[in-house]
Amino acid sequence: MSKALLYDATMCIGCKQCEAGCAQQNKLRYDDAVAAESVQSAHKYTVVLTKDDKFMRRLCMHCEHPACASVCPVGALHKTKEGPVVYDVWKCIGCRYCMVACAFAQPKYEWQALNPRIRKCIMCPDRIAAGKQTACAEICPTGATKFGERDDLIKEAQDRVRQNPSTYLPRIYGLNEVGGTSVFILSSKNVEEYGYPASAKVGDTPMPEYTGRVMERIPDFIPVWTLVLGGIYWVSHRREEVAAAEAEEKDGRER
Amino acid sequence: MKFKLTFWRVVFIVIMGLGLYSTFIRFFYGLGAVSNMNDQFPWGLWIGFDLLCGVMLAAGGFCMVGAVYLFNVERLHSVVRPAVLTAFLGYVLFIVGLLFDLGRPWYIWHQLIYMNPHSVMFEVGICVMSYTTVLFFEFLPNVFERFNLKTPIKWIKKIYPVLIILGILLSTLHQSSLGSLYLIMPSKLHPFWYTPALPFLFFGSAIAVGLAMTIFESTQSAKAFGRHLELPVLVELGGALLVALWVNALLRFEDYFHRGLLGQIIKPSYEAYFLWLELALAFVIPITLLSFKKVRLSPGGLYLASVCTVLGFITNRLNIALIGFETYVGHHYIPKWTEFSVTLMIVAAGFALFGLAVRYLPIFPDVRVPVKERLITTETGPVVATPVLGHAGD
Repeated sequence: MSKALLYDATMCIGCKQCEAGCAQQNKLRYDDAVAAESVQSAHKYTVVLTKDDKFMRRLCMHCEHPACASVCPVGALHKTKEGPVVYDVWKCIGCRYCMVACAFAQPKYEWQALNPRIRKCIMCPDRIAAGKQTACAEICPTGATKFGERDDLIKEAQDRVRQNPSTYLPRIYGLNEVGGTSVFILSSKNVEEYGYPASAKVGDTPMPEYTGRVMERIPDFIPVWTLVLGGIYWVSHRREEVAAAEAEEKDGRER
Repeated sequence: MKFKLTFWRVVFIVIMGLGLYSTFIRFFYGLGAVSNMNDQFPWGLWIGFDLLCGVMLAAGGFCMVGAVYLFNVERLHSVVRPAVLTAFLGYVLFIVGLLFDLGRPWYIWHQLIYMNPHSVMFEVGICVMSYTTVLFFEFLPNVFERFNLKTPIKWIKKIYPVLIILGILLSTLHQSSLGSLYLIMPSKLHPFWYTPALPFLFFGSAIAVGLAMTIFESTQSAKAFGRHLELPVLVELGGALLVALWVNALLRFEDYFHRGLLGQIIKPSYEAYFLWLELALAFVIPITLLSFKKVRLSPGGLYLASVCTVLGFITNRLNIALIGFETYVGHHYIPKWTEFSVTLMIVAAGFALFGLAVRYLPIFPDVRVPVKERLITTETGPVVATPVLGHAGD
């Protein structure tokens, strides 16, 4: 079964324990300076943002149909059946197409490194394989970040919104965006205010379909176009042969 | 004359020196140190110019091969060799440029083993590798002729139809796929440039620029190598360019019309200014120029129109790669000088290699190599005995 994360911004107290837990899990430096950074980067996979005393977490959405995985020329990114979108650094050639393609701008780069890697939240696949929660969910003191089965979390999110319509905006961000993700966000404030792309802008279509529509034509296009080109070649050169033969014939008659 | 040559040599040396310095920074201090790219702008000048524009500027190769060998338009024969040479050099240099841009260029061969058929980048990569190989074979006869190797020429001649068709097939695929690269970014790329028609627009612009570049290059090398200018050929290419520009303009108009953007593109805005620049250079000026018969028959007019076209479509691709993302990102990306200097170094190397090739290989019928030494005759009418200046490579 596919796992997911549910982040409920109304339960978040902005303690940034998830940031610290994430850093520890991924062996990243975490001190006051890093804690003060309000952007994600190669050394900060998740960030808790504050606006008007309300909090919002940002992390990789682990799309059901990830754009990053579909665009990677060497397949260095892929979605596991457990839910996480993971990265095989040993395949990566560093083209950064995943960074450009991601609608949530999640993959970050080690710009200063000489053998740079893509860095992003990978949803602790080792922990999931060991039957544990993600580091961020485990460390969260209020349960704002909750780990679980994707289907169960969707139901739970729907229940929370239904039961407390005055607390929540009537939406589950991530349910339909780009064809669904594995991270769901409930909040009382629009996620767009924290830099998430607007639902209307990213749409419900899985991102890989935009390029897939063209790519799937290629296997048909190649033989057809080869035949057309071959045909043109044959016709245009045939005319020449005929002309040459006719000229010869004419020559012969004149002689 | 002598002074001018020295001047260009100095420029060349300065460009190469700065380029090598930037190369050092790139490979010893990393992408962050050499460029202004960052997490918000992961693709910069090198993708925008070296990749998108480079491949477009080398399109003359497949356009001319298509015209002469596929459609058998014998009249244009004299421009095939320089066009193929430009394309071959262009692709090789573009791959060199890619080695700068890739974060882990030493793994570029992974494309061949860890294939992801869903990726447009994979398709572009494979096509570019294959097409560069095809161009190498299309270029080889020049070398064989130079050294009087008759047997290999015979072999190449035998497989030439296959090379031609394969070359055009691969070009069609990757020229259009460069546009498809951006199809996955509907929420990021500005609507002026994001359209489902991107692959068609990229293919169309490749043909227009292929023709324009051939005119540009013929005129330029006539000047540089003291060659006789084949005006009838250029006039014919100019006519084709006019048609190609109209088709491109119509495609663009249809696209904006169907997406209901005609009202928006005439309203002043940051993006609109860049769009106007692009449309003026790529369409309005060259189409107006070429519509006058007098211009279409004059070398200067054709040259001006083709330069405008090339600049216009370069603007178009830079708009797609850079300007079109600025609103989404929320700030500007201005390439660092070291990024410019790497690009300049690559372009300068291209000019120098072209010059060397023309000097030592039978690229032009009337330069350097006496006609009697040539094995494959590329007849283009009278070969005018112009004094060959021995300073081709600058």
